[in-house]
Amino acid sequence: MSDTLVMVCTIAGVLGAVLTAASLLIWGERRLLALWQDRLGPNRVGPLGLAQVAADVIKILTKEDWVPPFADKPVFVLAPMIIMTTTLLSFAVICFGPGIVVADLNVGLLFFLAMSAMGVYSVVMAGWASNSKYPLLGALRAAGQMFGYEVFMGLSLMGVVMCAGSFNLREIVLAQRSLWFCVPQAAGLAIFLIAGFAETRRLPLDLPETENELVAGYHTEYSGMKFGMFYVGEYVGIVLVSSLITVLFFGGWLGPWLPGVVWFCIKTVFFVCFFVLCRATLMRPRYDQLMSFGWKVLLPLSLVNLLVTAAVVLARGGR
Amino acid sequence: MIALVKALWAVFLHAFKKRATIEYPENKAYCAPRWRGRIVLTRDPDGKERCVGCYLCSAACPVSCIALQCAEDETGRRYPKFFRINFSRCIFCGYCEEACPTYAIQLTPDYEMSEYNRQNLVYEKEDLLIRGQGKYHGYNFYRVAGVSIGGKGKGEGENEQPPIDVRGLAD
Repeated sequence: MSDTLVMVCTIAGVLGAVLTAASLLIWGERRLLALWQDRLGPNRVGPLGLAQVAADVIKILTKEDWVPPFADKPVFVLAPMIIMTTTLLSFAVICFGPGIVVADLNVGLLFFLAMSAMGVYSVVMAGWASNSKYPLLGALRAAGQMFGYEVFMGLSLMGVVMCAGSFNLREIVLAQRSLWFCVPQAAGLAIFLIAGFAETRRLPLDLPETENELVAGYHTEYSGMKFGMFYVGEYVGIVLVSSLITVLFFGGWLGPWLPGVVWFCIKTVFFVCFFVLCRATLMRPRYDQLMSFGWKVLLPLSLVNLLVTAAVVLARGGR
Repeated sequence: MIALVKALWAVFLHAFKKRATIEYPENKAYCAPRWRGRIVLTRDPDGKERCVGCYLCSAACPVSCIALQCAEDETGRRYPKFFRINFSRCIFCGYCEEACPTYAIQLTPDYEMSEYNRQNLVYEKEDLLIRGQGKYHGYNFYRVAGVSIGGKGKGEGENEQPPIDVRGLAD
């Protein structure tokens, strides 16, 4: 009984923390972008402008929730739910601190990869069900981009799995006690970071969205809370990828003096800020550039990384 | 790759730069004296209206937001009977100021004229008239113009000589 209670509390806590972090990003991203563009950003509503989150949520909830008459209604409604569900489900396997994990799966990393692959359905369905040209183009790009990055994203993480000898995220963290994997797996980190941008559809790899070419890409026809779910889903995705980078490459909750959860949060927030910094800095590559970069550079690079890691692990006696 | 890292670092350093934002209601941007803001009607040094109702501003206005009706008082001095500017149409181009032969209509550096009711943006003469002379001090059209009005005959203005009787020259 008490086990169930602990479980429910963990789930509620993780969900609450993740959704709070994601909605704070509505404010945080704008403040950070402003910081790097010599501006101030929203600072009027509440202390430091923090009540901007509440204001935006109220605004988006009171907007007309409109389904275009030409859209495929059931799919149109389903699409934003899928992205929220898959990204939130991925948090089940992430360990926020020693023992703070919803599902301690022995294939945790595979679960994340499966969920992220499912998330693309949301974008493709949204673009297709919208039944108009720009969303369709965005969905096509999302599908093509998915083929491009999904392969090397998985391969880039296999180096970490080899070093740790496990797919379980808790064991991967514990395997980093002596050395964080960002050192032996630097190439894997760089490749996973690029894949993470594509996975969350963030600038510089926001090709399904490209607001200056495709209006808003796959969610052009969305309004009200359905748009809000894509919007928050994107932020949940950023938090997810940041926490995965923390877990896989930067020792998760490991760190001196402070409690594990605090270390986890500090590291994750750092990578969330890095995501925003990249948005403020980098330009978007052309579509074919991304595809050829993914297939011709990153895929071979991740394979080489995999081979070298395997050779080193084998030479040291394996695990 | 190195270029990208350099770019990221350069953008990161912008966090410590001076902010370009001016927090508006508390701080305001500097507006030059020639800023083209709210339009006013000025008075001459004697405190009388400068406007002589020549309609040039209304004719010059590209959006036709100036409406006026000229009248004459008992001394023969022209003045606008009504003078109306619809600021919801005005584009603050300043052509009216350029067209005005008497420095009557002038643009000021004031821009805070928002209203909740559109009708309140239609300014009548009493809203436009200010007590002072605006940007051009000491100018009085009727004192330098050759026309005679009540209290001032021909040739009595500044830098003017009494009119010469041209018929008398023939003698």
